[in-house]
Formats: sequence, C-alpha cells, structure tokens
Amino acid sequence: MDKNMKILVVDDFSTMRRIIKNLLRDLGFTNTHEADDGLTALPMLQSGNFDFLVSDWNMPGMTGIDLLKAVRADPKLANLPVLMVTAETKREQIIQAAEAGVNGYVIKPFTAGTLEEKISKIFDRVAG
Amino acid sequence: MEETIIESERLTQARALVASLEAGDDTEATRIIMSFPENIGTDIFQEVGRLTRELHEAIIGFAMDEKVLQAVQHEMPDATERLAYVIEMTENAANTTLKAVEESMPVAEELSKGSNKLAAEWERFRGRQMELADFRALSDEIGEFLTLANSHSKILNENLSEVLLAQGYQDLTGQIIRRVIALIQEVEEKLVRLVAISGTARMQETKKEEVAMEGPAVPNIEQGDMLSNQDDVDDLLSSLGF
Repeated sequence: MDKNMKILVVDDFSTMRRIIKNLLRDLGFTNTHEADDGLTALPMLQSGNFDFLVSDWNMPGMTGIDLLKAVRADPKLANLPVLMVTAETKREQIIQAAEAGVNGYVIKPFTAGTLEEKISKIFDRVAG
Repeated sequence: MEETIIESERLTQARALVASLEAGDDTEATRIIMSFPENIGTDIFQEVGRLTRELHEAIIGFAMDEKVLQAVQHEMPDATERLAYVIEMTENAANTTLKAVEESMPVAEELSKGSNKLAAEWERFRGRQMELADFRALSDEIGEFLTLANSHSKILNENLSEVLLAQGYQDLTGQIIRRVIALIQEVEEKLVRLVAISGTARMQETKKEEVAMEGPAVPNIEQGDMLSNQDDVDDLLSSLGF
C-alpha cells in the first residue's frame, strides 16, 4: 500500500474530518485533503488525481451515497476505492451502499483499528 | 347604496313569494319565507360562520395530519430519548478525555523529573566533575531512563489517541440535535398555520427518498432495522459478497 497516496476525506463536521485525518496520519498516510460535502468533493475528485475517498453519508448539499453514485458514473473515477465512514446503520442503507459500489463501510463511533483494517482490506483487494 | 340593494332584494323576494303562492308551490313559498329574515344583514353571522368552519377544518386537518400524529405519538418521545442520549454521549466523551488526561499527567511529570535529574548530572560529567563510580551509576540511570521514556511515550501516545477518538461525539450528537431541531421546526410551522387558520390547509406530501437516512443509532428508540456494531455491518457486507 502506497503511504503517499492522495486521500480525500469528506465529512460535514470538521471535528470528524480532523479525527479521520489524525488517524490516517497515525497510520502513515499524510497526503490527505478535506471537503465538507459531495458538492465540494466531486470537482476536487475530478481534477485532483485522488487515490482514495473516505466519505460520510449524511451531509447537506450532496450526500455521501449520491457522491458515491456520481463517482461510479464518472468513467475517470469509476474505479476509485471508496470507504464510507458513517453513523447510518440501517440495514437497507448498507445494502444500498453496497449496490452503489462502496468498497468498505465503517460505522461511527469507530476505532483506529477498525479504520486500519478496512483500509488495508480495500487495498489488498485492489492490489490482488 | 346598501339599503337600495337590500330593498331591491326584498322586492325580488316578495315577487318570487307572490309568484310561488299564485302557482300553488307551497314548498317554495315556505322556503322563501323562512329565508327572509336570515338574508337580511347577515354579513357578520356569515363571517363568524366561515371562521368557525375554517377553525374546525384546521383543527381536524391538524389532528388528521399524519406527520403531526407521528410527531406527537413517536417523534416527541423519541426526541426526549435522543436528547438524553446526547447527554450520555457527551458525558462519556468527557469522562474518557478526563481519564486519559489524568493518567497522562503523572506520566509526563515523571518524564520531566527524570530528564531534569539526568540533565544536571550530565552537566557535571561534561564539566569533568564526576568520579568514575558516579559515572557508572549515571550510565545505569540513563539506561533505565531510556526504557522508561520509551514505555511512557507509548502510554502518552495511546492516551492522546483516545482523546482524539473521543471527540467523535461532536459529530454524532450534532446529527442527533439537528434532527430534534428539524422536528421542533416542523411542529412550530404546523402550529403557526393552525393559528393563522388559513382555510386552504392542504398538507403537502413529503417527498420520500429511496431509503431515508436514519442517522446515528440511539438506544431505546424504534428506528427500523438498524445494525448495532461494526461486526454486524461486516457480516451483512460479507453476505453480499464483500
């Protein structure tokens, strides 16, 4: 796994963005960028050569699920690995995210261990 | 002006009465006679009647509105649970943070004391004011301190991570409070509408999303099929081929 990969963290709460960024830094990922909802994230993704997207679900403007769908619909972004980090724990929602092509799903509150595990699982799969 | 209208109305009604009597139409004649007094100067009664009817309809509409019903029966008690849960989460976060800080302070203190003591002795050594036996003791002390510094910095790092993660409450409680605010605003709007007695209180159909967001799981609240932890999420996803 390339520790220099460019990661976009999307969450409407700046505290949560900071937490995720700090945890990622602890795991050795320092090339992290932030957006506060799907509407700001999408143009960044389209022009920014990102390697990995970590997104919340419930956000004003454009939600995480809509962002995920937009990413999968964009030929240039379709293969971007996406990890959902969200408080949404409804069964239908998780199924919906899976159907939309999410690569991993972490529910809040989470631990550093869970985040690390899901990220390495995603990139093991991408590499394999 | 108004008087002439009333006069002409009376005249019209009188003619109609005469006509119906001449035609032998008793029912029509009775109807005209019965309607006669009410038709005169009844504007105020009509207005009161209209207001009463509208108020009645608004109250019925308010009571029949499923969203209000839902609010009263479920969402208000839910909101109470949600807010209680916010208190619980903020309390837990505060306790976790305080515990980590309380544990860290003596650890940092010990590191500071140890390094101060060694720094003083190191100065003595550098000033060549140290006997060989003292130097051996210092060497041992430095070794011990390095081991201590290593384990203590690990403890500090762990505690800081715990403090970091504990801040997640701000996001989760924020989401819960937003929902309660939305509920209060909705009920407020309905109340304002009731007070205004707009006769056209048509309840708008709420646009339903494919899957409505539920927000953070709150204990003791019926939220549908919610998964309670990461393991359940992982199981569900692996059953879907993940």
